[in-house]
Amino acid sequence: MATFHFDLVSPEKLAFTGEVDQVDIPGVEGDFGVLAGHAPVVAAIRPGILTITTAGRHEKIIVLGGLAEVSESGLTVLADVATSLDELDRAQFAETIAEMEEGLKEHEGDELDQAIERLDHFKSIQQQLSSTAMH
Amino acid sequence: MASLKDMRVRIASTKATQKITKAMQMVAASKLRRAQTAAEAARPYADKMSVVISNIASAAAGSPGAPPLLAGTGRDQVHLLLVCTGERGLSGAFNSSIVRLARERALALSAQGKDVKFFCVGRKGYEQLRRQFDKQIVEHLDLRSVRQLGFVNAEDIAKKVLARFDAGEFDVCTLFYSQFKSVIAQVPTAQQIIPLVVEEGAAASTTSYEYEPEEDEILTRLLPRNLAVQIFRALLENNASFYGAQMSAMDNATRNAGEMIRKQTLVYNRTRQAQITKELIEIISGAEAV
Repeated sequence: MATFHFDLVSPEKLAFTGEVDQVDIPGVEGDFGVLAGHAPVVAAIRPGILTITTAGRHEKIIVLGGLAEVSESGLTVLADVATSLDELDRAQFAETIAEMEEGLKEHEGDELDQAIERLDHFKSIQQQLSSTAMH
Repeated sequence: MASLKDMRVRIASTKATQKITKAMQMVAASKLRRAQTAAEAARPYADKMSVVISNIASAAAGSPGAPPLLAGTGRDQVHLLLVCTGERGLSGAFNSSIVRLARERALALSAQGKDVKFFCVGRKGYEQLRRQFDKQIVEHLDLRSVRQLGFVNAEDIAKKVLARFDAGEFDVCTLFYSQFKSVIAQVPTAQQIIPLVVEEGAAASTTSYEYEPEEDEILTRLLPRNLAVQIFRALLENNASFYGAQMSAMDNATRNAGEMIRKQTLVYNRTRQAQITKELIEIISGAEAV
Protein backbone atom coordinates (compact mmCIF):
# COMPACT_ATOMS: atom_id res chain seq x y z
CA MET A 1 0.00 0.00 0.00
CA ALA A 2 1.28 3.41 -0.93
CA THR A 3 2.28 5.58 1.99
CA PHE A 4 2.47 9.35 2.33
CA HIS A 5 4.09 11.81 4.69
CA PHE A 6 2.13 13.01 7.68
CA ASP A 7 3.00 15.75 10.18
CA LEU A 8 0.93 16.47 13.22
CA VAL A 9 1.97 19.73 14.84
CA SER A 10 0.58 21.58 17.82
CA PRO A 11 1.85 25.01 18.92
CA GLU A 12 3.99 23.44 21.59
CA LYS A 13 5.50 20.49 19.79
CA LEU A 14 5.72 18.26 16.75
CA ALA A 15 3.43 15.46 17.92
CA PHE A 16 3.86 13.04 15.04
CA THR A 17 5.89 12.82 11.88
CA GLY A 18 6.44 9.92 9.51
CA GLU A 19 5.14 7.82 6.63
CA VAL A 20 1.63 6.48 7.09
CA ASP A 21 -0.94 4.47 5.12
CA GLN A 22 -4.08 6.29 6.12
CA VAL A 23 -5.27 9.06 8.41
CA ASP A 24 -8.88 9.56 9.44
CA ILE A 25 -9.65 13.16 10.34
CA PRO A 26 -12.64 14.56 12.20
CA GLY A 27 -13.52 17.47 9.90
CA VAL A 28 -15.98 20.22 10.75
CA GLU A 29 -18.24 18.99 7.98
CA GLY A 30 -17.79 15.30 8.71
CA ASP A 31 -15.03 12.76 9.11
CA PHE A 32 -12.87 12.01 6.15
CA GLY A 33 -10.02 9.63 5.42
CA VAL A 34 -6.83 10.62 3.64
CA LEU A 35 -4.90 8.11 1.55
CA ALA A 36 -1.83 8.61 -0.60
CA GLY A 37 -2.59 10.74 -3.65
CA HIS A 38 -5.48 12.66 -2.06
CA ALA A 39 -6.52 15.86 -3.83
CA PRO A 40 -5.21 19.09 -2.26
CA VAL A 41 -7.58 20.16 0.51
CA VAL A 42 -7.64 22.63 3.37
CA ALA A 43 -10.15 21.64 6.01
CA ALA A 44 -11.06 22.81 9.47
CA ILE A 45 -11.11 20.19 12.20
CA ARG A 46 -13.55 19.80 15.06
CA PRO A 47 -12.52 18.41 18.43
CA GLY A 48 -12.41 14.64 17.93
CA ILE A 49 -10.27 11.56 17.57
CA LEU A 50 -7.79 11.30 14.73
CA THR A 51 -6.76 7.81 13.67
CA ILE A 52 -3.41 7.07 12.07
CA THR A 53 -3.02 3.73 10.29
CA THR A 54 0.46 2.45 9.63
CA ALA A 55 0.95 -1.11 8.36
CA GLY A 56 -2.29 -2.31 9.90
CA ARG A 57 -1.64 -0.70 13.29
CA HIS A 58 -3.96 2.02 14.50
CA GLU A 59 -2.90 4.93 16.61
CA LYS A 60 -5.49 7.27 18.04
CA ILE A 61 -4.78 10.87 18.88
CA ILE A 62 -7.20 13.34 20.35
CA VAL A 63 -7.19 16.72 18.65
CA LEU A 64 -9.11 19.69 19.96
CA GLY A 65 -9.79 21.57 16.77
CA GLY A 66 -7.39 22.86 14.18
CA LEU A 67 -6.70 22.67 10.50
CA ALA A 68 -5.71 19.94 8.03
CA GLU A 69 -3.86 20.60 4.81
CA VAL A 70 -3.28 18.04 2.08
CA SER A 71 -0.76 18.96 -0.61
CA GLU A 72 1.59 17.06 -2.90
CA SER A 73 4.12 16.88 -0.12
CA GLY A 74 1.70 15.08 2.17
CA LEU A 75 -0.70 15.82 4.97
CA THR A 76 -0.14 18.40 7.68
CA VAL A 77 -2.46 18.75 10.62
CA LEU A 78 -2.22 21.92 12.69
CA ALA A 79 -3.91 20.87 15.89
CA ASP A 80 -4.82 23.31 18.65
CA VAL A 81 -4.05 20.58 21.17
CA ALA A 82 -2.87 17.06 20.34
CA THR A 83 -2.81 14.36 23.00
CA SER A 84 -2.26 10.69 22.32
CA LEU A 85 -4.87 8.39 23.79
CA ASP A 86 -2.44 6.81 26.25
CA GLU A 87 -1.29 10.12 27.62
CA LEU A 88 -4.75 11.50 28.18
CA ASP A 89 -5.73 12.14 31.75
CA ARG A 90 -9.33 10.94 31.73
CA ALA A 91 -10.20 12.45 35.09
CA GLN A 92 -8.95 15.81 33.95
CA PHE A 93 -10.84 15.53 30.70
CA ALA A 94 -14.05 14.86 32.59
CA GLU A 95 -13.24 17.87 34.73
CA THR A 96 -12.82 20.06 31.66
CA ILE A 97 -16.24 18.97 30.44
CA ALA A 98 -17.79 19.73 33.81
CA GLU A 99 -16.17 23.17 33.74
CA MET A 100 -17.49 23.82 30.26
CA GLU A 101 -21.00 22.90 31.37
CA GLU A 102 -20.67 25.32 34.23
CA GLY A 103 -19.38 28.00 31.88
CA LEU A 104 -22.37 27.72 29.54
CA LYS A 105 -24.38 30.13 31.62
CA GLU A 106 -21.97 32.95 30.94
CA HIS A 107 -22.40 32.81 27.19
CA GLU A 108 -25.27 34.13 25.13
CA GLY A 109 -26.38 34.24 21.50
CA ASP A 110 -23.91 32.98 18.95
CA GLU A 111 -21.30 32.40 21.57
CA LEU A 112 -23.65 30.10 23.43
CA ASP A 113 -24.26 28.08 20.28
CA GLN A 114 -20.53 27.74 19.73
CA ALA A 115 -19.93 26.73 23.32
CA ILE A 116 -22.66 24.10 23.17
CA GLU A 117 -21.29 22.75 19.91
CA ARG A 118 -17.83 22.49 21.39
CA LEU A 119 -19.18 20.80 24.50
CA ASP A 120 -21.00 18.25 22.32
CA HIS A 121 -17.76 17.43 20.54
CA PHE A 122 -15.99 16.94 23.84
CA LYS A 123 -18.76 14.70 25.10
CA SER A 124 -18.66 12.56 21.99
CA ILE A 125 -14.93 12.12 22.46
CA GLN A 126 -15.54 11.02 26.00
CA GLN A 127 -18.16 8.55 24.86
CA GLN A 128 -15.86 7.08 22.26
CA LEU A 129 -13.17 6.81 24.87
CA SER A 130 -15.29 4.81 27.24
CA SER A 131 -16.67 2.57 24.50
CA THR A 132 -13.24 1.76 23.10
CA ALA A 133 -11.58 1.47 26.48
CA MET A 134 -11.97 -2.29 26.47
CA HIS A 135 -9.43 -3.02 23.76
CA MET B 1 43.98 55.12 52.96
CA ALA B 2 41.81 52.12 53.77
CA SER B 3 43.14 49.83 56.43
CA LEU B 4 44.24 46.29 55.60
CA LYS B 5 41.18 44.88 57.24
CA ASP B 6 38.85 47.05 55.14
CA MET B 7 40.58 45.84 52.02
CA ARG B 8 40.25 42.19 53.02
CA VAL B 9 36.54 42.68 53.59
CA ARG B 10 36.20 44.33 50.21
CA ILE B 11 37.97 41.53 48.38
CA ALA B 12 35.83 38.95 50.14
CA SER B 13 32.67 40.74 49.12
CA THR B 14 33.79 41.00 45.50
CA LYS B 15 34.49 37.27 45.57
CA ALA B 16 31.00 36.59 46.93
CA THR B 17 29.49 38.68 44.15
CA GLN B 18 31.52 36.80 41.61
CA LYS B 19 30.17 33.52 42.93
CA ILE B 20 26.62 34.79 42.50
CA THR B 21 27.11 36.04 38.96
CA LYS B 22 28.85 32.79 38.06
CA ALA B 23 25.93 30.77 39.42
CA MET B 24 23.41 32.99 37.60
CA GLN B 25 25.32 32.49 34.39
CA MET B 26 25.16 28.75 34.72
CA VAL B 27 21.47 28.77 35.61
CA ALA B 28 20.76 31.02 32.62
CA ALA B 29 22.74 28.68 30.37
CA SER B 30 20.70 25.66 31.34
CA LYS B 31 17.41 27.55 31.11
CA LEU B 32 18.47 28.92 27.75
CA ARG B 33 18.82 25.42 26.40
CA ARG B 34 15.28 24.62 27.44
CA ALA B 35 13.90 27.91 26.11
CA GLN B 36 15.67 27.36 22.82
CA THR B 37 14.20 23.88 22.42
CA ALA B 38 10.75 25.26 23.16
CA ALA B 39 11.20 28.03 20.60
CA GLU B 40 12.34 25.53 18.00
CA ALA B 41 9.47 23.15 18.77
CA ALA B 42 6.98 25.94 18.09
CA ARG B 43 8.50 26.90 14.77
CA PRO B 44 6.97 24.23 12.45
CA TYR B 45 3.47 25.14 13.59
CA ALA B 46 3.97 28.88 13.15
CA ASP B 47 5.64 28.44 9.76
CA LYS B 48 2.96 26.12 8.45
CA MET B 49 0.28 28.44 9.77
CA SER B 50 1.69 31.44 7.94
CA VAL B 51 1.97 29.49 4.68
CA VAL B 52 -1.66 28.37 4.86
CA ILE B 53 -2.79 31.84 5.86
CA SER B 54 -0.92 33.59 3.08
CA ASN B 55 -2.30 31.09 0.58
CA ILE B 56 -5.86 31.85 1.56
CA ALA B 57 -5.31 35.50 2.39
CA SER B 58 -3.71 36.53 -0.87
CA ALA B 59 -6.89 35.36 -2.58
CA ALA B 60 -9.21 37.00 -0.08
CA ALA B 61 -7.41 40.28 0.62
CA GLY B 62 -8.81 42.13 -2.37
CA SER B 63 -12.42 41.10 -1.88
CA PRO B 64 -14.74 43.58 -0.15
CA GLY B 65 -15.92 41.07 2.47
CA ALA B 66 -12.43 40.44 3.84
CA PRO B 67 -12.36 40.29 7.65
CA PRO B 68 -11.01 43.43 9.38
CA LEU B 69 -8.19 41.43 10.99
CA LEU B 70 -6.80 41.04 7.49
CA ALA B 71 -7.99 44.15 5.68
CA GLY B 72 -7.78 46.56 8.62
CA THR B 73 -10.41 49.04 9.70
CA GLY B 74 -9.60 51.35 6.82
CA ARG B 75 -7.92 53.85 9.14
CA ASP B 76 -4.61 54.00 10.91
CA GLN B 77 -5.30 56.67 13.49
CA VAL B 78 -4.94 54.68 16.70
CA HIS B 79 -1.95 52.41 17.17
CA LEU B 80 -1.64 49.77 19.82
CA LEU B 81 1.89 48.79 20.71
CA LEU B 82 2.06 45.35 22.27
CA VAL B 83 5.36 45.40 24.08
CA CYS B 84 6.68 42.07 25.33
CA THR B 85 9.59 42.19 27.74
CA GLY B 86 11.04 40.06 30.49
CA GLU B 87 9.94 39.78 34.08
CA ARG B 88 13.35 40.21 35.58
CA GLY B 89 16.38 42.36 35.07
CA LEU B 90 20.09 41.58 35.29
CA SER B 91 20.07 40.71 31.64
CA GLY B 92 22.13 43.45 30.05
CA ALA B 93 20.33 45.61 27.54
CA PHE B 94 17.62 43.02 26.84
CA ASN B 95 14.62 44.85 28.30
CA SER B 96 15.75 48.36 27.55
CA SER B 97 16.49 47.68 23.89
CA ILE B 98 12.93 46.44 23.34
CA VAL B 99 11.57 49.41 25.24
CA ARG B 100 13.77 51.80 23.29
CA LEU B 101 12.46 50.48 19.98
CA ALA B 102 8.87 50.80 21.19
CA ARG B 103 9.48 54.29 22.54
CA GLU B 104 11.05 55.50 19.31
CA ARG B 105 8.12 54.12 17.36
CA ALA B 106 5.65 55.74 19.75
CA LEU B 107 7.32 59.16 19.48
CA ALA B 108 7.50 58.91 15.70
CA LEU B 109 3.80 58.04 15.54
CA SER B 110 2.86 60.85 17.91
CA ALA B 111 4.83 63.28 15.78
CA GLN B 112 2.66 62.23 12.84
CA GLY B 113 -0.42 63.08 14.88
CA LYS B 114 -1.46 59.48 15.58
CA ASP B 115 -2.76 58.21 18.88
CA VAL B 116 -0.62 55.63 20.60
CA LYS B 117 -1.68 53.10 23.20
CA PHE B 118 0.41 50.54 24.98
CA PHE B 119 -0.25 47.01 26.10
CA CYS B 120 2.66 45.82 28.21
CA VAL B 121 3.44 42.17 28.70
CA GLY B 122 6.15 41.70 31.26
CA ARG B 123 6.92 43.72 34.33
CA LYS B 124 10.16 45.34 33.21
CA GLY B 125 8.73 46.95 30.12
CA TYR B 126 5.78 48.28 32.09
CA GLU B 127 8.02 49.85 34.69
CA GLN B 128 10.16 51.57 32.10
CA LEU B 129 7.30 52.80 29.91
CA ARG B 130 5.24 53.96 32.85
CA ARG B 131 7.60 56.85 33.51
CA GLN B 132 6.94 58.43 30.15
CA PHE B 133 3.63 57.09 28.90
CA ASP B 134 1.68 56.34 32.03
CA LYS B 135 -1.68 57.55 30.68
CA GLN B 136 -1.29 55.73 27.38
CA ILE B 137 -0.82 52.28 28.88
CA VAL B 138 -4.23 50.68 28.53
CA GLU B 139 -3.32 47.34 29.97
CA HIS B 140 -0.42 45.49 31.45
CA LEU B 141 0.07 41.90 32.28
CA ASP B 142 2.84 40.19 34.06
CA LEU B 143 3.76 36.60 33.59
CA ARG B 144 5.72 36.40 36.79
CA SER B 145 3.70 33.56 38.20
CA VAL B 146 3.97 31.54 34.99
CA ARG B 147 6.64 28.90 35.35
CA GLN B 148 6.39 27.24 31.98
CA LEU B 149 5.18 29.38 29.10
CA GLY B 150 2.25 27.64 27.48
CA PHE B 151 0.11 28.38 24.50
CA VAL B 152 -2.65 29.28 26.95
CA ASN B 153 -0.73 32.39 28.00
CA ALA B 154 -0.48 33.59 24.42
CA GLU B 155 -4.14 32.82 23.80
CA ASP B 156 -5.02 34.85 26.83
CA ILE B 157 -3.15 37.89 25.53
CA ALA B 158 -4.58 37.43 22.04
CA LYS B 159 -8.09 37.36 23.49
CA LYS B 160 -7.53 40.65 25.29
CA VAL B 161 -6.13 42.28 22.18
CA LEU B 162 -9.01 40.98 20.07
CA ALA B 163 -11.60 42.23 22.54
CA ARG B 164 -10.12 45.71 22.27
CA PHE B 165 -9.96 45.47 18.51
CA ASP B 166 -13.59 44.39 18.28
CA ALA B 167 -14.52 47.31 20.52
CA GLY B 168 -12.84 49.59 18.00
CA GLU B 169 -10.21 50.85 20.41
CA PHE B 170 -7.38 50.75 17.89
CA ASP B 171 -6.73 50.31 14.17
CA VAL B 172 -3.22 48.94 13.95
CA CYS B 173 -1.43 46.64 16.34
CA THR B 174 2.32 46.17 16.39
CA LEU B 175 4.12 43.54 18.41
CA PHE B 176 7.50 44.30 19.98
CA TYR B 177 9.79 41.51 21.08
CA SER B 178 13.36 40.40 20.86
CA GLN B 179 14.25 37.91 18.21
CA PHE B 180 16.70 35.23 19.25
CA LYS B 181 19.56 35.02 16.77
CA SER B 182 22.22 33.51 18.97
CA VAL B 183 23.48 33.69 22.52
CA ILE B 184 25.29 36.94 21.81
CA ALA B 185 22.82 38.46 19.37
CA GLN B 186 19.22 39.31 20.20
CA VAL B 187 17.50 41.62 17.79
CA PRO B 188 14.62 43.80 19.04
CA THR B 189 11.89 43.47 16.43
CA ALA B 190 8.64 45.21 15.59
CA GLN B 191 6.05 43.14 13.78
CA GLN B 192 2.67 44.37 12.65
CA ILE B 193 0.03 41.78 13.53
CA ILE B 194 -3.23 43.67 12.95
CA PRO B 195 -4.01 44.06 10.11
CA LEU B 196 -2.02 41.04 9.08
CA VAL B 197 0.81 41.68 6.66
CA VAL B 198 0.85 38.98 4.04
CA GLU B 199 4.34 38.52 2.72
CA GLU B 200 4.60 38.54 -1.03
CA GLY B 201 6.21 35.39 -2.25
CA ALA B 202 5.22 33.41 0.83
CA ALA B 203 2.24 32.25 -1.16
CA ALA B 204 4.44 30.78 -3.84
CA SER B 205 2.59 27.50 -3.87
CA THR B 206 0.39 27.28 -6.93
CA THR B 207 -1.62 24.32 -5.69
CA SER B 208 -5.31 25.01 -5.94
CA TYR B 209 -6.89 23.71 -2.79
CA GLU B 210 -10.39 22.65 -2.11
CA TYR B 211 -11.72 24.29 1.00
CA GLU B 212 -13.94 22.68 3.54
CA PRO B 213 -15.80 24.67 4.83
CA GLU B 214 -15.62 27.79 2.61
CA GLU B 215 -12.47 29.89 2.38
CA ASP B 216 -13.80 32.88 4.25
CA GLU B 217 -15.08 30.69 7.06
CA ILE B 218 -11.69 29.05 7.45
CA LEU B 219 -10.13 32.50 7.34
CA THR B 220 -12.32 33.82 10.14
CA ARG B 221 -11.33 30.82 12.23
CA LEU B 222 -7.66 31.08 11.39
CA LEU B 223 -6.99 34.79 11.83
CA PRO B 224 -7.58 34.99 15.60
CA ARG B 225 -5.71 31.73 15.94
CA ASN B 226 -2.81 33.11 13.97
CA LEU B 227 -2.67 36.12 16.26
CA ALA B 228 -2.23 33.84 19.26
CA VAL B 229 0.40 31.84 17.41
CA GLN B 230 2.39 34.96 16.55
CA ILE B 231 2.23 36.16 20.14
CA PHE B 232 3.21 32.73 21.39
CA ARG B 233 6.20 32.70 19.09
CA ALA B 234 7.19 36.18 20.23
CA LEU B 235 6.98 35.11 23.87
CA LEU B 236 9.14 32.06 23.26
CA GLU B 237 11.70 34.02 21.27
CA ASN B 238 11.70 36.59 24.03
CA ASN B 239 12.25 33.94 26.63
CA ALA B 240 15.20 32.46 24.79
CA SER B 241 16.62 35.95 24.15
CA PHE B 242 16.24 36.83 27.80
CA TYR B 243 18.32 33.90 28.97
CA GLY B 244 20.83 34.49 26.19
CA ALA B 245 21.20 38.12 27.22
CA GLN B 246 21.36 37.21 30.88
CA MET B 247 23.98 34.59 30.23
CA SER B 248 26.31 36.97 28.40
CA ALA B 249 25.64 39.77 30.90
CA MET B 250 26.52 37.47 33.79
CA ASP B 251 29.56 36.17 31.94
CA ASN B 252 30.77 39.75 31.62
CA ALA B 253 30.02 40.45 35.25
CA THR B 254 31.98 37.39 36.33
CA ARG B 255 34.94 38.46 34.26
CA ASN B 256 34.79 42.03 35.58
CA ALA B 257 34.65 40.73 39.13
CA GLY B 258 37.75 38.61 38.45
CA GLU B 259 39.57 41.65 37.13
CA MET B 260 38.52 43.68 40.16
CA ILE B 261 39.67 41.00 42.56
CA ARG B 262 43.04 40.90 40.83
CA LYS B 263 43.47 44.68 41.15
CA GLN B 264 42.31 44.80 44.74
CA THR B 265 44.61 41.94 45.73
CA LEU B 266 47.53 43.76 44.13
CA VAL B 267 46.83 46.94 46.08
CA TYR B 268 46.30 44.90 49.25
CA ASN B 269 49.64 43.10 48.90
CA ARG B 270 51.51 46.35 48.15
CA THR B 271 50.03 48.03 51.18
CA ARG B 272 50.81 45.01 53.34
CA GLN B 273 54.44 44.91 52.16
CA ALA B 274 54.83 48.68 52.60
CA GLN B 275 53.61 48.34 56.16
CA ILE B 276 56.02 45.47 56.90
CA THR B 277 58.91 47.50 55.48
CA LYS B 278 57.87 50.48 57.57
CA GLU B 279 57.76 48.37 60.72
CA LEU B 280 61.17 46.85 59.94
CA ILE B 281 62.68 50.31 59.49
CA GLU B 282 61.20 51.37 62.79
CA ILE B 283 62.63 48.30 64.56
CA ILE B 284 66.07 48.69 62.99
CA SER B 285 66.34 52.42 63.63
CA GLY B 286 65.12 51.75 67.18
CA ALA B 287 67.84 49.11 67.67
CA GLU B 288 70.52 51.43 66.26
CA ALA B 289 69.55 54.18 68.66
CA VAL B 290 70.13 51.91 71.66
